[in-house]
Amino acid sequence: MTENTTPPDSRLADFEEKIANDQRIEPKDWMPDAFRKTVLRQMSQHAHSEVIGMQPEGNWITRAPTLYRKVVLLAKIQDEGGHGLYLYSAAETLGTSRDEMVQALHDGKAKYASIFNYPSLTWADIGMIGWLVDGAAIVNQVSLQRTSYGPYARAMIRICKEESFHQRQGYEATMALALGSAEQKAMVQDSLDRWWWPSLMMFGPHDSDSAHSGQSMQWKLKRESNDVLRQRFVDQTVPQAEFIGLKIPDPDLKWNEERGSYDFGEIDWDEFMHVISGNGPCNRQRLQHHIRAQQDGQWVRDAMHAYELKRQARDAA
Amino acid sequence: MNQQNLPLFEVFIRSKRGLDHRHVGSLHAEDPAQALDYARDVYLRRSEGVSIWVVRSSDITASQESDVESFCEPMDDKPYRHATHYKLPKEVDNM
Repeated sequence: MTENTTPPDSRLADFEEKIANDQRIEPKDWMPDAFRKTVLRQMSQHAHSEVIGMQPEGNWITRAPTLYRKVVLLAKIQDEGGHGLYLYSAAETLGTSRDEMVQALHDGKAKYASIFNYPSLTWADIGMIGWLVDGAAIVNQVSLQRTSYGPYARAMIRICKEESFHQRQGYEATMALALGSAEQKAMVQDSLDRWWWPSLMMFGPHDSDSAHSGQSMQWKLKRESNDVLRQRFVDQTVPQAEFIGLKIPDPDLKWNEERGSYDFGEIDWDEFMHVISGNGPCNRQRLQHHIRAQQDGQWVRDAMHAYELKRQARDAA
Repeated sequence: MNQQNLPLFEVFIRSKRGLDHRHVGSLHAEDPAQALDYARDVYLRRSEGVSIWVVRSSDITASQESDVESFCEPMDDKPYRHATHYKLPKEVDNM
């Protein structure tokens, strides 16, 4: 820490008072460097997740079983691109450019939601991603509508309004298969078997093991803990699975009358660490694809810029 | 002084920390700093807000409402973009 990053007490006290009073921190407010860094890490990770998350779904656009499923899937993936934009723009209010954030992603310094490192092997996975992955994301994002950084909270409110469609179309597609032929039922059960545990991992490590949680809770960037959010997701999702005759792949899952919640088994944390540290089934593929898409689109941005320069020159003449 | 020669500024007020700035009106001023002072004097007389933005009206590029059909064409024929399009049984409808 250099001298000039140490604030006079009044600025820090003012910041802490705002947090204590549930006020939002806005871009032009003074904030501690560590706060700025933490919000940026979280928001850029969130933005990258929206964009990388387009890949496993994009994999099925050309093979959607009907035209209807295809337009729905396209609309959903377009939404995700928009969500990425909301979040990158909101993150830029912290003084870091989108180019810098994307570069950090390409350099492996910035992360994205680990679940997108799993492959979408069958059509059933598309319904499953909407139902489970977006479902889990909604639980997290609803909580983040009250996060303490103003632009982030406002982006979350906008995103949550749109996410409901994502989850409902996912469940509808899942339900169509679950109520279908024996082969379709088997396919959708296999998909649930593969996506259930990674979905639970989306909420991160146990509260007791979470590196950033304590400070983020204090700053009210996180409003509820990983374990609380995970439990909420399990409680709302198990009845949805049962309703369409799907079996959650967890022998320890059972209703706990006393707690009014489901008990569930332990997550395979080795797998979690393995995927998060870059060795999941699709980590390299996801990143390479993103880099390639960025490079392949460069000529379009160059052309638009050349056109703009030409237009300016013409207007000046 | 002829006020018509002064540039027009649009005024946006954040009524409360955490909320978006909302457009409240416009005024004439020599420059942005002056516009900010004037905005405070006329639009923030009764604790209407905690922050003001002013922006030159000429810097705003706007779409025309009369063009909305062609400009925003996809809105009405894509009902599947709405959550309410997906009819789920009532047992699981809370989603």
